[in-house]
Amino acid sequence: MLNRREAVRRLLADRGNMLVVAGLGQSCFDCFAAGDDPRNFYLWGAMGGAVPAGLGIALAQPERRVLVVTGDGDALMSAGAFATVGAEAPENLAICILDNERYGETGGQVTHTARGADLAAMAAAGGVGRSWTVRTKAQFADAVGALRQGAGPMVAVVKVAPENEPGALPPQDGPHLKRRFRSAALGVEDK
Amino acid sequence: MDDWRDGIFEAVKAAGVTQVAYVPDAGHSRLIERSIEDNDLRAVSLTTEEEGVALLAGAWLGGAKGVLLLQSSGVGNCVNMLSLAKTCAFPLVMLVTMRGEWGEFNSWQKPMGVTTQAHLELCGATCYRCDRPEDVRETVESAFRFAYFTNSIAAVLLGQRLIGAKVFEEPASC
Repeated sequence: MLNRREAVRRLLADRGNMLVVAGLGQSCFDCFAAGDDPRNFYLWGAMGGAVPAGLGIALAQPERRVLVVTGDGDALMSAGAFATVGAEAPENLAICILDNERYGETGGQVTHTARGADLAAMAAAGGVGRSWTVRTKAQFADAVGALRQGAGPMVAVVKVAPENEPGALPPQDGPHLKRRFRSAALGVEDK
Repeated sequence: MDDWRDGIFEAVKAAGVTQVAYVPDAGHSRLIERSIEDNDLRAVSLTTEEEGVALLAGAWLGGAKGVLLLQSSGVGNCVNMLSLAKTCAFPLVMLVTMRGEWGEFNSWQKPMGVTTQAHLELCGATCYRCDRPEDVRETVESAFRFAYFTNSIAAVLLGQRLIGAKVFEEPASC
């Protein structure tokens, strides 16, 4: 089973121009632990918001690669958004779901992916044809290349070990996160 | 007099919007049709309204302006996602067509319809009501200025009196 923190570290290493949305909970902490970057937008709440937020950025910035890193709980809550991503079909949007089959922040209760739900199949059924599940290191190495450079939209569901990693808390101030993202990504200085 | 439905579209265009996110409603049909036809607008059909709140936060992170079109019932679907707009001070304009009020026949529309403004205000939105066609364009323009200059949530409630209450044929005994 893959380690989530190591997986995200590899996914974000030498990231170039990529814009990243991190879903609430462990996914945020993983992205922060890989190295804070103003082009990371961390969701500290708004469960179900990571995929549609990534879609909004991808439509606004069609020349930039947009990567959503989120968990199975967040993705299940916005399962309908797979259909919206499928319908809009932005080539620059890649979604990496770290699937530990648990609600990691609330005591490790199992999610539906531990009980038969298949997020890659749900994404594919929603119209995101390039959706697959990653279980081994070799498969993950291929997935990194696809997520960073392949034609999207795509959803890679990466099965990761259920253990939570040590705390690594990104900044929580929403207006700060918004302003620094727009400044780094767009060169816009908001008042 | 100009049609208020076209007035909304013109206000949306004048505001510099490029992403129009919607869950359809009859009251928004003209705006949706014109947005789909306009090559400079991306009309994004949503599966649920809260997707639109997050989508338009993303739009702003990517340097684009947007508008969310929804019915009053959909405001209830947005409640927690509006925390994203409020906490981060994202500009957000919501154009809400009302049900469950003036002339409503469907009792299932009432619980959200009569509390829409209260819900929005509890979530941090500033609400502007429109019941007269001559007020619509100016109100929508004002909502855009308010949201994008003050980094906040503005909702325009388009009343059922304005839109026209939905009428169903009923048996004579009713």
